[in-house]
Amino acid sequence: MPILRLVLERIAYAFIVVTAVLVLNFILVRLAPGDPAEVIAGESGGITEEILAAIRRDYGLDLPIHEQLWIYLGNAIQGDLGYSFYFNSPVVELVVSRMGPTILLILAATVIALFIGTTLGVLASRNPEGLFSNFLTVASLIGYSAPAFWTGLMLIILFAFVVPIFPIAGLYDVTLSVGFFGRALDIAHHLVLPAFTLAIIYIAQYSRLARASMLEVLGSDYIRTARAKGVAERVVFFKHALRNAVLPIITITGLHFGNLLSGAVLVEAVFNWPGLGTLAFDSLLRRDYTTILALLFFSALMVIVANLATDFCYRLADPRIKGKRS
Amino acid sequence: MAERPAGAEIPVATAESPAREAWRMFLRNRSAILGLVLLAAIVLISLFGPPLYGVDPFKIKGAPFTPPGVDPNVPLGTDHVGRDILAGMIGGGRATLAVGASAALMTVAIGLLVGAMAGYYGGLVDEILMRITEFFQVLPSLILAMVLVALFTPSLYMIAIAIGVASWQSTARLARAEFLRLKELEFVKAGRTIGATDKRLIWVVILPNALPPLIVSATLIVGVAILFEAGLSFLGLGDPNIMSWGLMIGSSREYIFDSWWSATFPGAAIFLSVLSVSLIGDGLNDALNPKLRER
Repeated sequence: MPILRLVLERIAYAFIVVTAVLVLNFILVRLAPGDPAEVIAGESGGITEEILAAIRRDYGLDLPIHEQLWIYLGNAIQGDLGYSFYFNSPVVELVVSRMGPTILLILAATVIALFIGTTLGVLASRNPEGLFSNFLTVASLIGYSAPAFWTGLMLIILFAFVVPIFPIAGLYDVTLSVGFFGRALDIAHHLVLPAFTLAIIYIAQYSRLARASMLEVLGSDYIRTARAKGVAERVVFFKHALRNAVLPIITITGLHFGNLLSGAVLVEAVFNWPGLGTLAFDSLLRRDYTTILALLFFSALMVIVANLATDFCYRLADPRIKGKRS
Repeated sequence: MAERPAGAEIPVATAESPAREAWRMFLRNRSAILGLVLLAAIVLISLFGPPLYGVDPFKIKGAPFTPPGVDPNVPLGTDHVGRDILAGMIGGGRATLAVGASAALMTVAIGLLVGAMAGYYGGLVDEILMRITEFFQVLPSLILAMVLVALFTPSLYMIAIAIGVASWQSTARLARAEFLRLKELEFVKAGRTIGATDKRLIWVVILPNALPPLIVSATLIVGVAILFEAGLSFLGLGDPNIMSWGLMIGSSREYIFDSWWSATFPGAAIFLSVLSVSLIGDGLNDALNPKLRER
């Protein structure tokens, strides 16, 4: 019963935040310099007076501002966030059609970062003053400081000229005619470089976090108790310590979803990955504001969903919460 | 009195101010010093390099795609239109560093103001400010900054403001936590008892004590802001009339197969700038938060 209430509360809260993002978008268009109709049309060229007049009518731009907001919100509820004159398509369709590749990229990068980062950090925590641990500290600073789009370009140079084993652009090879599994393998192959590029910063962060969190947990009383009562060191390390040490990492991973989206914009632009990032890049180039604002809306929506999912994962992983539920 | 253990007098013996002790700790940290030297070098080159080298980074100075080390006139080679990469390296740091520093200032100013108010006043103020903070945490910062810069004029000021508006949330949370903790301590209560105003309590009594973690986070934010500026310029959202490292990478992205050097060098400059700031931040963290030292 409390679980159901919690879920409903979360959903209600998410709904309020989504509405707030829409209001923000509305305000931004009105605050931007110039005629709102022209901002909505974008600078794609070929915008005639008729189109501008149609926009003014559809958005009710000569009505009082609060009625304009009602129209905007009403349209948004019906799934209409405007029309992109450059891409010649309703922006909602446009953005939704590009979401798949971006989510794939982000999930792949998260899995890579979590796996490599946690493993490295846990290994380092076994001997915190050792050579490997010190090396990891330096390596993580380097990984943290390199701009992702630059690392991506460097990887492109490396894999284009030196060891050409990974494709350096696109989602899949259009010239290949293969079955479903062939295509999936091809996409995975294309995914390697962009996902790894996006993951580097997070590998650096998670390895530091995992190391610190393991050291903290290993120094706590219940670990001493477990050792004292003769639990095997392997069990102490993996079952008692690691289980608790991953909790802060789960929290941080959830909080990083927005940053990953930001990073994906740059990485996609480098690797021509056909997701939201390349869409952002193209629409920025054409100053297609309606598309850019729809992107902001959908990325906020994705972050909200990711936060809900993280909360859920945390509940699954935290041994204390599990105890309470039964 | 006679039975007092010998160790009891030790705390009295170190009559050094915490700030000076932290500074001493910092100076003993070799990687922090390396960061400081690196940053000083980058700042000095960016400040005094352009007048000394005297080459306009936008001017065509050699054949397009000249590799580094071939033409002594352009030691680091040229880009796709024949502009001197070395001139861009020397001149491109100004915009990146200036925007990085002012954006970090902006971030800390907004974050501190929101966090201090929320933590100090608590109650409804806290509730409202934290809801606003949570709202901004839902918006991916680079995408928000992108939207702001694209909608308004892409000047260096606007970029700094956009980065600040998009990334103050974590500072606000940190400042709030510090203020929540400190306002319950006796010296603050004492200050209130003798009639200090809220303004004085916030800025003069509590703030200096909340500074150590805020300084560390501000330093790291400089690095993040530099990466941000570079990313926005890379996406073509910088001021096109001002050379910056990000702009150099963005404009040579399409020619990466013809000239590896024109993106590699400016990227390395961004990397070294962020690295220097990160090293300093790490050193400050060790020096200012001694409790965390063993981690």
